[in-house]
Amino acid sequence: MTIEIKTATLQPIRNTFANIERRFGDKPASRYQEATYDLQGEANFHYRPLWQPQYELNDKSRTKIKMNDWYDLKDPRQFYYGTYVQQRAKHQEATETNYSFFEKRGLAEHLSEEVKSYLLTYLIPLRHVEHTANLNNMYGCAFGYGTAITQALLYNAMDRLGNAQYLSRIGLLLDGNSAESLTTAKQEWLKNPVWQPMRALCEEMTTVEDWFEVFIAQDLVVDTLIFNLFYSQLDEKLASMGARDIALLTEFMQVWNKDSSRWLDSVLKTVASESEDNSALLGEWVQRWRKKTLEALKPVVASMLDNSDALSIADASLEERLTKIGITY
Amino acid sequence: MVAKKLNLKDKYRALTRDLDWDYDYSDRKKAFPYEEFEGIKITDWSKWEDPFRLTMDAYWKYQAEKEKKLYAIFDAFSQNNGHLNVTDARYVNAIKVFLTGVSPLEYQAFQGYAHVGRQFGGAGARVACQMQSIDELRHVQTQVHAMSHYNKFFDGFQDWTHMHDRVWYLSVPKSFFDDARSAGPFEFLIAISFSFEYVLTNLLFVPFMSGAAHNGDMATCTFGFSAQSDEARHMTLGLEIIKFLLEQHEDNVPIVQKWIDKWFWRGTRLLAIVAMMMDYMLPNKVMSWKEAWEVYFEDAGGALFKDLARYGIRMPKFVETTAKEKEHISHQAWWIFYTHGHAAGFHTWIPSDEELDWLSEKYPDTFDKYYRPRWELAKEMEARGERFYTKALPQLCTTCQIPMGFTEMDNPTQIAYRSSDYEGEKYHFCSDGCKHIFDQEPEKYVQSWLPVHQIYQGNCGGANVEEVLRDYYKMNLGEDNMDFKGSSDEKRWNEWKRKGVA
Ligand SMILES: [Fe+2]
Ligand SMILES: [Fe+2]
Ligand SMILES: [Zn+2]
Repeated sequence: MTIEIKTATLQPIRNTFANIERRFGDKPASRYQEATYDLQGEANFHYRPLWQPQYELNDKSRTKIKMNDWYDLKDPRQFYYGTYVQQRAKHQEATETNYSFFEKRGLAEHLSEEVKSYLLTYLIPLRHVEHTANLNNMYGCAFGYGTAITQALLYNAMDRLGNAQYLSRIGLLLDGNSAESLTTAKQEWLKNPVWQPMRALCEEMTTVEDWFEVFIAQDLVVDTLIFNLFYSQLDEKLASMGARDIALLTEFMQVWNKDSSRWLDSVLKTVASESEDNSALLGEWVQRWRKKTLEALKPVVASMLDNSDALSIADASLEERLTKIGITY
Repeated sequence: MVAKKLNLKDKYRALTRDLDWDYDYSDRKKAFPYEEFEGIKITDWSKWEDPFRLTMDAYWKYQAEKEKKLYAIFDAFSQNNGHLNVTDARYVNAIKVFLTGVSPLEYQAFQGYAHVGRQFGGAGARVACQMQSIDELRHVQTQVHAMSHYNKFFDGFQDWTHMHDRVWYLSVPKSFFDDARSAGPFEFLIAISFSFEYVLTNLLFVPFMSGAAHNGDMATCTFGFSAQSDEARHMTLGLEIIKFLLEQHEDNVPIVQKWIDKWFWRGTRLLAIVAMMMDYMLPNKVMSWKEAWEVYFEDAGGALFKDLARYGIRMPKFVETTAKEKEHISHQAWWIFYTHGHAAGFHTWIPSDEELDWLSEKYPDTFDKYYRPRWELAKEMEARGERFYTKALPQLCTTCQIPMGFTEMDNPTQIAYRSSDYEGEKYHFCSDGCKHIFDQEPEKYVQSWLPVHQIYQGNCGGANVEEVLRDYYKMNLGEDNMDFKGSSDEKRWNEWKRKGVA
């Protein structure tokens, strides 16, 4: 039985959940708010984790960063699961069009052997960097505090798996779905001396304990440098080699990076402006990982790009970003 | 030479586990440090069979389609005041229990799968767990959004997350998931993916979702059905983990058996809440708890364990007890809540005469003999204006944290008490199953945050129960608690009826 009624006759007894009302006052709340604030358990944990008895299950002290309220790290994109997947679905639909266009037109056949080997040596191995980013964002998701940041880290982690899969599909487009190119690119990653310092850095990041340090190393330092070098500078280089079409296949990563940067910058700005201590820690971590990453990228960049300033151009883009966020040291 | 095209299985592997590599520069054990301490032996992660194959692009696409439909229904539900279509306002108490007791577990599942989705050394298993993690986040968030409208018209929903961390009976589900998450990664998967999602999930979700369908609750029904295809994936993960562990090494068998014993019992205790919901809280009944247990555990579970026998796995310990408990548990649980209804965040009530008759019919061997007389007495007292509430705080079982109200199954008039001594202290249990679990890991369970102990120790703010409920639990006293009769929920409902809207 369905009844037609006039909504005006029904007066709600409250506008939203009590925790949301305590935070924002007695007024209607957004779906992002109701699906984010205070969702994570805060008190009265029953047992210490067997795997980390020094901490509670949910524990703020898994990082040295201190926030008065971890829910200050809200997502400017207002992503909760529903909005997140719908946004990405739109995005993947456009990407799918690009990939099938590339395939249907047989664009892979127009690529010179030189370009193909370039892609196998420099672009496709990035799938392993994306895989590292997946691990590192999952790490923050599992050990971070408060749904505001942990859900965004999960979305980021899944995005990185998606990026890795799109990069792999570029390989599959080149080798007619045999995965030979993935095998070759993996050998580059594992054996080519120019990649080894970067691989070592990736391995090292997954052993760092403080989840916020991992977050800074990966999502701020490594990603800013990598995106500049590979999706901007390498992109130009490929265009100059007559392989402008590759941009069709990396557009997802380009758009993704923009979207993700908006979130990252906003979160880090909030953390940096919370306290001097936070700001100093961020500075310390950035300094450490910037130096390491520049060092690690040196050989691969030197062999990939002719421009001897390539690395300093990427570093300048990082510097610009740090200034925007407010991280200094 | 033209290389061979990948088949689907290998293609998925290329897009997932092949992204990982053997470390040469850092110690891989430092990156994945929790794989060994439980004693589980993994000799070869490459033997992991992907339980489902879903690349991210497909995941985004399918899930977005589901979300679009789901939120369209939520929007229509609130625009049309869908809450007016439920059978009667007593029903809504079932979903108060769901939001405060179950939705936070979806959240903990999101966290637990995120943890193992980072920590397993096998990339195939990691990816499957990551996908479950994000699904579980979906579940908690869609549940909050479904309940958001009810919260605007009924009491008892408003502080669900605050309550979950504190309220005495909510420590039953909370401690269940805290227990699983604080365990090692393999135990977590046996606990949640196998014992819960695979063996027992139908006893949680089917009752709530069909309960919703039978009682006109479109919002709950819709998120439930929308989550079903996620759950199907989760169940395949449950089956894969058990096969994988058992096939990896024979030394894993006794460890896995120990976990199955523990989590089966812990699961049945958690389901006591569902049992009372089915038999007492649904105005339109789906089936009795006893019937549900027979169909979803005894028949389905029986076949599963027959299948696992070839690995040397037997039925869980104490399964014989559950065959007796199915006759009693729902009645005893609802009685506990009825008598502590002043301290519960939802309403309780005496079953109507037709409902009493239904219970007599469904439980011919026990209801009239043991339980109906209690309700008849309660009815008399209520008619005299002496609605009965137990003032004393109950003693809780140290393991499952349910008040000690369950009886000996061979003598349903005798409350069951078990105890163990550990380091000079005495610990109490509701059953052999709970005592056994404690005795296996006393150093874990002595840590239990037992709400009643905590109140007595002054850790819950108030000097008396009323202050604890009001200040520490943040209940709206006189609104959220007490009998359904005379509640604001009831008054509003009758008002809507009088106006002809409900
Ligand atoms: Fe779930
Ligand atoms: Fe699930
Ligand atoms: Zn117990």
